[in-house]
Amino acid sequence: MDTAQPNAVALDDATVAFRLADARVYTAVEKAKLAVAHGEFVAIVGPTGCGKSTLLNVAAGLLKPASGSVRIFGQPLTGLNRDAGYLFQADALFPWKTAVDNVAIGLEIKGAPREQALQRAQGWLTSVGLGAFGNRYPHMLSGGQRKRVGLAQVLIRDPKILLMDEPFGPLDAQTRQIMGNLLLELWNADRKAVLFVTHDLEEAIALADRVVIMSAGPSARIIGDWRVSLPRPRDISEVRMEKDFHELHREIWSVLKDEVMKGYAQSSQAAEAV
Amino acid sequence: MRRSTLLALQVLVAVVVLGLWQFFATVPVFERMVLPPFFFSNPVDVFSQIVAWFQSGVIWKHLVITLWESILAFAIGSLGGVMVGFWFARQPRVAAVFDPYVKMVNALPRVVLAPIFTLWLGLGIWSKVALGVTLVFFIVFFNVYQGVKEVSTTVLDNGRMLGMSERQLMRHVYWPSALSWMFSSLHTSVGFAVVGAAVGEYLGSAAGLGYLIQQAEGVFDVSGVFAGMFVLSAFVILIDMGVTLVERRLLIWRPAAADGRG
Ligand SMILES: Nc1ncnc2c1ncn2[C@@H]1O[C@H](COP(=O)(O)OP(=O)(O)OP(=O)(O)O)[C@@H](O)[C@H]1O
Ligand SMILES: [Mg+2]
Repeated sequence: MDTAQPNAVALDDATVAFRLADARVYTAVEKAKLAVAHGEFVAIVGPTGCGKSTLLNVAAGLLKPASGSVRIFGQPLTGLNRDAGYLFQADALFPWKTAVDNVAIGLEIKGAPREQALQRAQGWLTSVGLGAFGNRYPHMLSGGQRKRVGLAQVLIRDPKILLMDEPFGPLDAQTRQIMGNLLLELWNADRKAVLFVTHDLEEAIALADRVVIMSAGPSARIIGDWRVSLPRPRDISEVRMEKDFHELHREIWSVLKDEVMKGYAQSSQAAEAV
Repeated sequence: MRRSTLLALQVLVAVVVLGLWQFFATVPVFERMVLPPFFFSNPVDVFSQIVAWFQSGVIWKHLVITLWESILAFAIGSLGGVMVGFWFARQPRVAAVFDPYVKMVNALPRVVLAPIFTLWLGLGIWSKVALGVTLVFFIVFFNVYQGVKEVSTTVLDNGRMLGMSERQLMRHVYWPSALSWMFSSLHTSVGFAVVGAAVGEYLGSAAGLGYLIQQAEGVFDVSGVFAGMFVLSAFVILIDMGVTLVERRLLIWRPAAADGRG
């Protein structure tokens, strides 16, 4: 890694707390230390509810940490992260715009002529496999198709940093692989810094340069950081056959498993307490 | 049920009701009329009254007046509702200050304002328009207010992350959301525009469908009253069909655009 260049994203001891309705404070993430270098693909894996989306919101500048610092390309982040494109976990397309308009909007608000924006949007829709769905409204698309439109919407702006929150969550196994390969292909072309949240450890290892594991909340911490040294370019389905892949998977899973059980137990306890 | 069967049954209901009405209003049962003609008229008389109105052409003037009043009430009420709704939703402090007064005015049965409007604006169309406006305004206002406030935070955040300025958020996020809520209450607000016009005319005017009904009532012309009512409901149904067409065009992006809110 080139140490002369500042990291694309650097969270330093970032603690995030939410004020609950009854005036108590819930510390979701505690002292998270996380760096994504230029052109690096980092995957975050952790049990449900641990604070993965929270970390992305912090990196996006949508959420301010209670303490600690956030630096983007070396500059302290104030306000929104203008270098980042964010693919949200929840539905975020504009329901009143067609798919192609949803993708084109990122260019239009930058002042691109509409014709040109639409043309490029159509190109992006085609590359996520939805060329024929341009004039559908979001509610006429499946969950997976909406995610792909969202991907095109983010990528068309060519952000330097890509934040992705379980982008392939609602996709079936085959489409997941196709989309994973597509993502790797696009990423290989211009090596953006990527922060990729998933609950699927295999996907994380297959895609990323580094896999970061979070502990179960509350006060979730980053408890592991593994480098994935599988060769690139990779093919998602083939890389899973390799011996290194299995060894790394076993190693990470032995740590993650306990946290998943803990996270599950905590959320069911919380449910009983209510 | 098949379409044709449904239509046949619907026509049957009309035939039976009108038939019974005609029968009991014209044929004595045990030497007494069940529906005395003086109070109930009968379908044949009502129908010939309607035909006479259209043949002589007097009805058109009244229809046009009522239509015009409804359109004005709808346009002015909607415009005001959209603007104030937007303003309140974006300025929570303003909304908080005015909240009790908005509730108070909205709680008032609007009919009691009719005499005041007549006093202020005279017997012409504007007192009716004003009554319609007070009805339409609140429906549109509440819907737009809701629409702006209930924009999904994820969609808003997405707009921000895509680089939208406050003004662009207005245009691409708040505005479409507010309009969708406004259009979803279109049937109600258009209906109330007509109600405002007709009630206003009934309470004091020189023209319009409400005036026609009121005139007939004044001379105990029950056929005229019923005929006026039929023309008025046909008028409302026609307008409502127009609204449905507009809605289909504008709310195409929404799942199940047909069922409205508010
Ligand atoms: N606005 C909020 N107010 C209070 N608590 C919150 C808020 N947002 C998130 N939390 C809590 O913070 C924790 C982390 O939430 P977050 O959405 O980051 O989880 P996650 O790791 O993304 O989970 P998942 O994998 O299910 O998406 C959760 O326990 C959640 O209940
Ligand atoms: Mg999440």
